[in-house]
Amino acid sequence: MSQVDTNPVKEYLRMDRMPSIWCPGCGIGTSVNCFARALTQAKVDLKKTTVVSGIGCSGRVSGYLELDSFHTTHGRAIPFATGLKLANPELNVVVYSGEGDLAAIGGNHLIHAARRNIDLLVICVNNFTYGMTGGQVSPTSPGGATYSTAPYGQFETPFNLPHLADSCGAVYVARWTTFHVRQLTKSIREAFGKKGFRFIEVISPCPTLYQRRNKLGDGLDAMKFYKEASVLKNGADTRELDIGFQSPIIVGSFVNRDRPSFIEAMNKRFTSVFGESYKPYPEGPSKAVQGC
Amino acid sequence: MSETGGAKKPKKVQGIVHVDRERCKGCGFCVEFCPTRALDLDSTYNAKGYHPPVLARPDDCNGCDLCGLYCPDFSIHGVMIKTNVA
Repeated sequence: MSQVDTNPVKEYLRMDRMPSIWCPGCGIGTSVNCFARALTQAKVDLKKTTVVSGIGCSGRVSGYLELDSFHTTHGRAIPFATGLKLANPELNVVVYSGEGDLAAIGGNHLIHAARRNIDLLVICVNNFTYGMTGGQVSPTSPGGATYSTAPYGQFETPFNLPHLADSCGAVYVARWTTFHVRQLTKSIREAFGKKGFRFIEVISPCPTLYQRRNKLGDGLDAMKFYKEASVLKNGADTRELDIGFQSPIIVGSFVNRDRPSFIEAMNKRFTSVFGESYKPYPEGPSKAVQGC
Repeated sequence: MSETGGAKKPKKVQGIVHVDRERCKGCGFCVEFCPTRALDLDSTYNAKGYHPPVLARPDDCNGCDLCGLYCPDFSIHGVMIKTNVA
């Protein structure tokens, strides 16, 4: 053993900002690790890759990745990324944020970006709570779990995020936990090779708030739970992917289809209306990105 | 794993892990999910009071780098080293 820093993900990270603010046992770092390795494997042009994130623990990802990255206001990661993509279609735009940011305050943007099929890769780290602000109920909080804003148990129906993304028209939908590191890496790599709105949900432990408040142990216990309770079901019907409190978690890659992206649809429409006088808008990075 | 044919075959791959002790937060993911159980948490502390992992059974490590993939703090990674076995 030595102190030599030859970590393969070092070149993707701002190492001067380490150690990260994430708690011991938090899974966000693991997902970033997978993302960094997927960047290597997908051979994406790092000069043309940007990461946009919103507010929350997972919002810090943009600050730690040594790419062009933006830490936007709460819930507005997708609108910002949409503008970025439309202004410069050559970019690979990745939105990396939490479920409280993407599905609660940014829920409207999520569904409309999926509906329009904007060419974005959205990685949603779902830890079932608002970790940074003290463990409030989030849109994916499972029924029965206790929170600082639900001391007698949460009773609202949570979002099933893959189903939400699927029904709004996302072209690639997957869900993994932070235990499934190899599969998650492969999934991100595959998603880089596709065009359109791609949505990957990453179930992650929150040891400080969700785990502790519900007496579920620490991050390692959560990882062991994911190992035991996750059920691999590639291509499963997304309507069946609800997660209850400590219930089995169905993971896999559920949707993989092709649909014209926003710019493609716009070009097609305007060409049919204006004919030769319309100069098509660039449609994005060339297919040089080899997903797998 | 390499006991095919009953003969004592020397291991073809040997690995080593590099640990940045000061960046570790002692979550134990690497120790728990090491496929060959080569890691243990050290009994000593780092400056922040966590127990970083240590390669307790160096012969078992095959440098698969799964610890590196699990590490949330980018403080450990495995490297395959070539042995001069024909």
